[in-house]
Amino acid sequence: MGNSGLITSLVDGVLIGVIYGLAAMGMTLIWGVMSVINLAHGSVIALGMFGIYLLFTSLGLNPYLALILVAILGLLLGVIIYSIAIHRVVNASHLSTLLATFSVNMIVIGLGTAIFSTSPRNVNYSLGNLTLGPVTLLNARLVAALAAVLVTSALYLFLYRTRLGKYVRAVANNRAAAELMGIPSAQILALSFGLGTMLAAIAGGLIATFFPFTILSGGVYELKSFVIVVLGGLGNPLGALAGGLILGMLESIIPIFLPNTWVPVLEFLLFVLILLVRPSGLFGVKK
Amino acid sequence: MKRTLFALGTLLVLAGLLLSACTPAATPTPTAVVTEAPTEAPVATEAPTQPPPPVEKTAVIGFTASLTGKLNVESTRQNDGLKLWMDQVNAAGGIPLADGSVVKFESKFYDDESNKDRVQELYTKLATEDKADFLISPYSSGLADAAAVIAEQYGKVMITTGAASDATYKKGYALVYQSYTPASHYLTGALDQLASLDPNIKKIAIVYENEKFSVSVVEALKAYAEGKGYEIVLYEGYDTGTTDFGPLLNKIAEAQPESIMGGGHFQDGSTFAKQLFDKQVAVKYLALLVAPPEPSFAELGDAALGVIGPSQWEPLAAFTPDFGPTGVELVDAYTAAFGEDPSYHSAGGYVAGLILQKAIETAGSLDTAAIKAALDGMDMMTFYGRIKFDTSAEAHGLQIGHDMVYIQWQKDAAGALVKQVVWPTAGATAPALFPLR
Repeated sequence: MGNSGLITSLVDGVLIGVIYGLAAMGMTLIWGVMSVINLAHGSVIALGMFGIYLLFTSLGLNPYLALILVAILGLLLGVIIYSIAIHRVVNASHLSTLLATFSVNMIVIGLGTAIFSTSPRNVNYSLGNLTLGPVTLLNARLVAALAAVLVTSALYLFLYRTRLGKYVRAVANNRAAAELMGIPSAQILALSFGLGTMLAAIAGGLIATFFPFTILSGGVYELKSFVIVVLGGLGNPLGALAGGLILGMLESIIPIFLPNTWVPVLEFLLFVLILLVRPSGLFGVKK
Repeated sequence: MKRTLFALGTLLVLAGLLLSACTPAATPTPTAVVTEAPTEAPVATEAPTQPPPPVEKTAVIGFTASLTGKLNVESTRQNDGLKLWMDQVNAAGGIPLADGSVVKFESKFYDDESNKDRVQELYTKLATEDKADFLISPYSSGLADAAAVIAEQYGKVMITTGAASDATYKKGYALVYQSYTPASHYLTGALDQLASLDPNIKKIAIVYENEKFSVSVVEALKAYAEGKGYEIVLYEGYDTGTTDFGPLLNKIAEAQPESIMGGGHFQDGSTFAKQLFDKQVAVKYLALLVAPPEPSFAELGDAALGVIGPSQWEPLAAFTPDFGPTGVELVDAYTAAFGEDPSYHSAGGYVAGLILQKAIETAGSLDTAAIKAALDGMDMMTFYGRIKFDTSAEAHGLQIGHDMVYIQWQKDAAGALVKQVVWPTAGATAPALFPLR
């Protein structure tokens, strides 16, 4: 493959990688704060996709403006899921929280299938192309990647520049000590879960602007999120972004040299290797 | 006494009216219910009496439908087509048998979730617990192949539809009959068309879904293309469920093919066409499986323009049937029932029922051996084209009568996207839009 093909593949990889990173950030944030593996992550991503779709097709809202509404709804949904399904078992074994989030996942998938069926949907909103020399980029992907970077920056600012963010980090570090300092841990946990689902919903909404989807589509991105979270280090949001970029680029570069059906094989090989050789991930927090 | 007799007489008249209403009469539907069918009603009394109503039997048709999962779109249409046939036959009074009885149909079906594992489990249930008399295949070659084993195992006649892979019919099965043109003939016609459009084009990329049906199609296409001297610059599969074709498109752009052929099913095919258009990959000819003939392919807008697809059937195709409805009658009935135009999947569902109907009428019974003999000897022209099965030991049940037509999305005078038949030239409704871009 020539240089132009390589550059195009790399740019495509970076653009999709940022979105993968955003989706994974939601998962890693929830794990980092409350040690819960959220198996409803994929279904929330799918709900984000349908949120954009419905707001666009029913109300005629611009999909990028609709993203703000989807983010707010994602946050609220997360708080509700936490209050109903997670809060009572948050201190129980990992199996309990796994089962609780798995149940939420099954409920969302079941309801979603009944309401929307599994016919593929598209958000038919085109932003056109951008041609830079030999590289042709889809503006929708470019805008989605920029939006993902903005959301990541906002999350960073929230966590490191606000009092609430400091509370979240305090609860993540040592919940008992945080409570002793007067931090309302139950509310902070609900907020953190809400933030995690908000990120998943935004990622889903962004993906919906350029890929077709069904209510089952979130599962693929949930699997990718697992790989990314392990790659970037469990509980490390910025590591997730880096992991997303690595995964996105791998997905774009591998098909240059091998049949593209090798992509998932190598992705999950990497997943196993990281677990074996460096379980804390490439950018993992040391405990 | 008089009052009693009067009441009795009234009752008899009413019963007579009811009986005459129930007697199968000539109907506008294609079920060819033979009103003069021999009856064995005893004529013992001198008084003129209405013949007793024929004994009504119910045959259970078992199948699975992909109500959920990736095959949902095509399977639903196939299911609708079959339902329309069944409703029409039942409304027309059923099919008369040689013993004077009449058979009507009821369906028994389950959601296979587009999942092969579920298919085997559910067809076993249909054949044993539900005691289905006949089976219709699920949609897609992979699922139908899984179901065919069960049909053969339990000695049930199965009409496959939506299942084009050749391999299923080369396994020595005796009771499985194909209504689709085999996969090996799906895209070879596209290559013939390409040669007629521009004999100088030699570089082809073949990209396909890694799935039984698509692989069958492209293997035959590759062999055919190489035999004709074409250069295959890229021959690569992609996973079922792929939504991001970016990496593959970069590879295609790098290989610089003049023509792209392949695809898989609706979801991946329409996504591929859309992303190929968005990425502005230069290509003169694009032919994809399954997706283009679907009416909803037009929702892609400009990305659909110029895309060619093989179709088992098109409403435009003007076959003169010797059995069943004409294409126009089918379109009208289907549109009235489901509020949308039928696709070839819908037609496939309908024709599967029609094949079964013709076989039962010919056999005059529901006996499996008699119906098998009727199917083996079948050679009929329907709205959908000719139906004839291979009866050799090597490929028993393979469809050998039916041919594909090729459609292309073009713009009409008002700028709206419309399907046109562009190949074979004998059936073409418009010249092909060529080159694509």
